[in-house]
Amino acid sequence: MADYNPLELLVCIAARIIEDNSTVFVGTGVPMAATMLAQKVYTPHVIAIFEAGAVAPQLPGLPISVGDSRTSYHALMSSTMNDVMETAQRGMVDYCFLGGAQIDMYGNLNSTMIGTDYQEPRVRFPGSGGANDLGSLIWHTIVVTPMDNRRFVEKVDFITTPGYLSGKGAREKAGLPKGTGPYKVITNLCILGYDEETCRMRIESLHPGVSVEQVQENCGFELLQAKKLEITPPPTATELRVLREEVDPDGYIIGR
Amino acid sequence: MYDDLIDLEQGIEELFTDPDADNARSYFRNKNRGIVNKVTTVEQAVSVHIKDGDYLAVGGFGHVRIPSSILYEIVRQKKRNLGMAGHTSIYDSDLLVSTGCLDRCDISYVIGYEIRGLSNSARKAFEKKEVRKTDWSNCALAWRFYAGAAGLSFIPARNMLGTDTFKHSAARTVTCPFTGKKFAALPALYPDVGIIHVHRADTFGNCQIDGILVSDPYLARASKRVIITTEEIVPHDQIRANPQSTIIPYWCVDAIVEVPFGSHPGNMPGEYWFDEPFFKMFLDGMKTDEGRDSFYDEYVYGVKNYDEYIAKIGGMERMRQLRGEEYLINTKNGG
Repeated sequence: MADYNPLELLVCIAARIIEDNSTVFVGTGVPMAATMLAQKVYTPHVIAIFEAGAVAPQLPGLPISVGDSRTSYHALMSSTMNDVMETAQRGMVDYCFLGGAQIDMYGNLNSTMIGTDYQEPRVRFPGSGGANDLGSLIWHTIVVTPMDNRRFVEKVDFITTPGYLSGKGAREKAGLPKGTGPYKVITNLCILGYDEETCRMRIESLHPGVSVEQVQENCGFELLQAKKLEITPPPTATELRVLREEVDPDGYIIGR
Repeated sequence: MYDDLIDLEQGIEELFTDPDADNARSYFRNKNRGIVNKVTTVEQAVSVHIKDGDYLAVGGFGHVRIPSSILYEIVRQKKRNLGMAGHTSIYDSDLLVSTGCLDRCDISYVIGYEIRGLSNSARKAFEKKEVRKTDWSNCALAWRFYAGAAGLSFIPARNMLGTDTFKHSAARTVTCPFTGKKFAALPALYPDVGIIHVHRADTFGNCQIDGILVSDPYLARASKRVIITTEEIVPHDQIRANPQSTIIPYWCVDAIVEVPFGSHPGNMPGEYWFDEPFFKMFLDGMKTDEGRDSFYDEYVYGVKNYDEYIAKIGGMERMRQLRGEEYLINTKNGG
């Protein structure tokens, strides 16, 4: 039995994925913990940007909000939402982390509603927030989410945030900036990426002890597979210690 | 699949405000330019400047630097048929929608409390068709404020395109006359009333804000009328000594109210942290209609004004603790 929980696994894997000296737009929750862990263990020069306007803070602890005062603690700049989103729109932001209630095989995300009647939905969620902006404007979108077949669906009820829309070339046809789009999906079972030809989601790396069949059973659409499947290295002792003791000692995100 | 979205040229939902730049100019032409004292009370600011049916925009970040005193007073005065920019909105839109003040909302973020989860009261209210909805992204609304602040009728942008967020907005597409490329066209947003809490202002309405600004410089300039609450009113000389720090100039502002601790239970950067037990109590209460009603009976209808509210939530002692949390220091006796 593994000595880490699924949320700790998600955070540790997400922390390994971004290069040093890159710019990352950070959302609420797991992305904050992953970014802090990355800075402490692997990539100290990752530049964190928060949608309400904070740039490159030295976070003293986990923020509660992407707009709270912790996000501008010892920051390089306290700016506006307009400014940081314009920075993304002119091509200066490399990565963002997003989540959602539903995702499809092209990485399209729903965080707006379940149902078919927009004015009277079965369930209403918060909406885009900054997700549509980030998924439209940032070079690489990384989704971090638990995996099950209610979440990974054939067709999302509402495309809040664009993935590859209907496939190759669709983003550009819609008018979205060239060369942007979904990059990876980090789940509790595996790391998914996208097939270059079809823009469809594919399995790239299985977490320890997880089979392809198990991943497919938890997915509501057919997944492709990378030519060579990797095995994800499990969280290291250092990652877990820093995560539990320094990043999230109160267990807000990892629930310990 | 989804092909209809990719070529869509126009969102299908309602545009709640007039984007016409000349109509906005006609309004701003007659706005008072005098450097005059605008200090008033919370009660007067709401009764004089907010009318039933008005469209509101609230500054800050939903639970950070929010004008709580004005929001509670809108509920207390039972304003009705209000519209709102649900832009990065959390506690602000929840208060207004769960008490029946809103009948329409431009939504980019509502219902959620970030790391704390969702509000049941806001969710139930926004799921009803009686609250008319049009969706946007956060920065679409931020850029719509900018277009208003700049005196335009729209702004081109590269977000929203190809999605249901675009389909269920009132945006359109436009072709760039220079490059021939497709952009989203976002209509300027000129709210009837902007409401913003700041750190410091003089009696004329020149405002300073510490920390992140969200979209407030634009929201203030785009709004036809602006109500400011401020942690403190400072001497005019203090503004003139640091003119580079004036984030909102007096000519945008119609009313100034000094409201210490005016963002509670929200965070006020550099002043006090979130009141987390209060948010938990609020969100737990909102799970049932009875819990919701008893919250409003106790904290809004049951107090005369914001001073009584602050006394009820624990007064100076509580606010000193929240200041300690903001400063990352332990203020308890003995450390």
